[in-house]
Amino acid sequence: MALPSYASPVQKTYYYLYLFFCGVVFFFLVAPLIAIVPISFSVSPFMVFTDGMLAWPPDPEAWSLRWYKNMIGDCSADVVSSTVPCSNKWMIGTLNSFFIGIVATVIATSLGTLAALGLSRPHMPFKGIIMAILISPMIVPLIITAAGMFFFYARINLVYTFTGVILAHVALATPFVVITVTATLVGFDMNMVKAAQSLGARPVKTFFRVIMPLILPGIISGALFAFITSFDEVVIVMFMASLDQLTIPKQMWAGIRQEISPVILCMATCLVALSIFLLTTVELLRRRSERLRGIKPR
Amino acid sequence: MPIGDMLLRSVDDSQINTVFPRTFEEYNKWNRDVDELPPEEVYRTLFEELATGEKIQIGRALTRMNYSKSGWKSLIKKTSREIKKMTKKGIVPESYKETLIEINKDWGDPTFWYSMAQMVNKQTPIYYWNAIDRTYDQNQKVIMQDEKRRIYVQTWFKTLKVSVYVTFFCLILGFPVAHLLANLPLRYSNLLMIFVLLPFWTSLLVRTTAWIVMLQQKGVINGVLVWLGILSDDGRLQMVYNETGTLIAMTQILLPFMILPLYSVMKVIPKSHMRAAQNLGAKPALAFWKVYLPQTIPGMSAGGLLVFVLAIGYFITPELVGGKDGKLIGSWIAFHLKTTLNWGLCAALGAILLAVMLVFYWLYNKIVGIDNIKLG
Repeated sequence: MALPSYASPVQKTYYYLYLFFCGVVFFFLVAPLIAIVPISFSVSPFMVFTDGMLAWPPDPEAWSLRWYKNMIGDCSADVVSSTVPCSNKWMIGTLNSFFIGIVATVIATSLGTLAALGLSRPHMPFKGIIMAILISPMIVPLIITAAGMFFFYARINLVYTFTGVILAHVALATPFVVITVTATLVGFDMNMVKAAQSLGARPVKTFFRVIMPLILPGIISGALFAFITSFDEVVIVMFMASLDQLTIPKQMWAGIRQEISPVILCMATCLVALSIFLLTTVELLRRRSERLRGIKPR
Repeated sequence: MPIGDMLLRSVDDSQINTVFPRTFEEYNKWNRDVDELPPEEVYRTLFEELATGEKIQIGRALTRMNYSKSGWKSLIKKTSREIKKMTKKGIVPESYKETLIEINKDWGDPTFWYSMAQMVNKQTPIYYWNAIDRTYDQNQKVIMQDEKRRIYVQTWFKTLKVSVYVTFFCLILGFPVAHLLANLPLRYSNLLMIFVLLPFWTSLLVRTTAWIVMLQQKGVINGVLVWLGILSDDGRLQMVYNETGTLIAMTQILLPFMILPLYSVMKVIPKSHMRAAQNLGAKPALAFWKVYLPQTIPGMSAGGLLVFVLAIGYFITPELVGGKDGKLIGSWIAFHLKTTLNWGLCAALGAILLAVMLVFYWLYNKIVGIDNIKLG
């Protein structure tokens, strides 16, 4: 969107101001995420840029991997600092996070895909109401969902168990799957299902051989949304999980409240890397899906 | 289903009624205008129910009683200890009233008896009244809470204020960016979109931590300002652990939710409209105001509502960045759920929040339609 050649000086000024403003906003959006990366490599036990890190030429003494070692549970002498406790909590948290995240994703993806398939049938009764109920956990503030779930699960003895946490995460993650899969199904030609069935395939076989390969990009990006939702979830974990279900967000929350240490930033850096990876995957999948459905990028 | 359960909890007060059923029955017969203290019967039933009641049940009831007036817990605990001793020895007091007052003079204090009025009903709106700083007086009339216990109305207003500010800032910052993204050629806009999507995909806690690093007194922003000579070294700004910090961090965290709906609306506005308007003689500013802006209203309302509704229930960021006076209503819900275990009040606060949200969703559905939510 370049300026036309006949633009007046006033228009030009406005245009550059506008570009500058957008630049500032973009900076505002990503600067905090970039700022934490160098600090996580610092020697200092405080979350600041030390003088040594800013010195030119760079001072190798000011940089270290000690907080990363601390994070993976290596408590040798050069790692331990008087203010930062060392334990393998971060690693336990990582394992739990992946475990809960993956199980919740698998359940949410299967349920969500089936729901989306059903909802995209033309003659589905009560479509609006079912859709509203399904996506309600996405819309109601998390704290309300968490409080409600806590009360409900307390009645049926599911609080402080892995099952409880996973079920709660499934409820939160399913709407994302439903929405992404429904969006993929918009361009889906239902005649193919009829064709498969007239050729003698049973519904289950039709689903796995005809429908699934075509909507797979939608399912995968829905699954990624579901995974990141569960992986990043802290409110429900805080209420419903005991120490046994320690996850990364819970450990980070405890870390920020009690011992502000660069170890948190190491984990944060890893999570930023993970989100870059997921973002790239989703973007590639989206392009592939558009290609498959024959939508050309403008 | 869990939400329905929560709504039940917010009016449910039956637990305490199963512990002292007869006492409450007698209590309701007490005519407060005639006698200063409840009649002998009330004291007698209370005495008996404390002597025979199960310890765990009474313990739970005590927690509940302490919400209406602090001091109940220790009062009943001491009393029931004495009563247990007396029943062991087989002493049957002549006057239950005098015996109880002898055990602890607080039993002669009418304010304790007045506070019992809050508990006698099985279903009660008291938690809702508490959630807006009201309580009952001795005749079950609604009055204001004590001056020092009034926190919720103030917090409700603060939550609303913060949400409105955050929505406003997101709109101001998000509109030009969405416009730029929608009008650039796809090659560049896809690249720039990463700047919007990366924060969107990054963990909330990571972004909150990052803002603490940026905003703290020795943090990046203060450091840069001092280095540039704008601030003196001891004049560093206090930006974190107060409302400023909450506003800045929440705006950044919720900004993608504003940009994405705006972008998807602006994307489909034909560029020829602006050109046509200018061709017909409108100045750029007027053309923008009369032609472009009205077409973006669905996007603005969608993004605005999304941000507002997310902001009003926000809890993690205000709790971590907000410090003591940045606490929003979400923090209080969590506090009562985890710390004081006052689940009735917690559920009532949640229910009110839910009602506020539903009103906004109804509006949203009227204006834009709920199906227009888009992700990434």
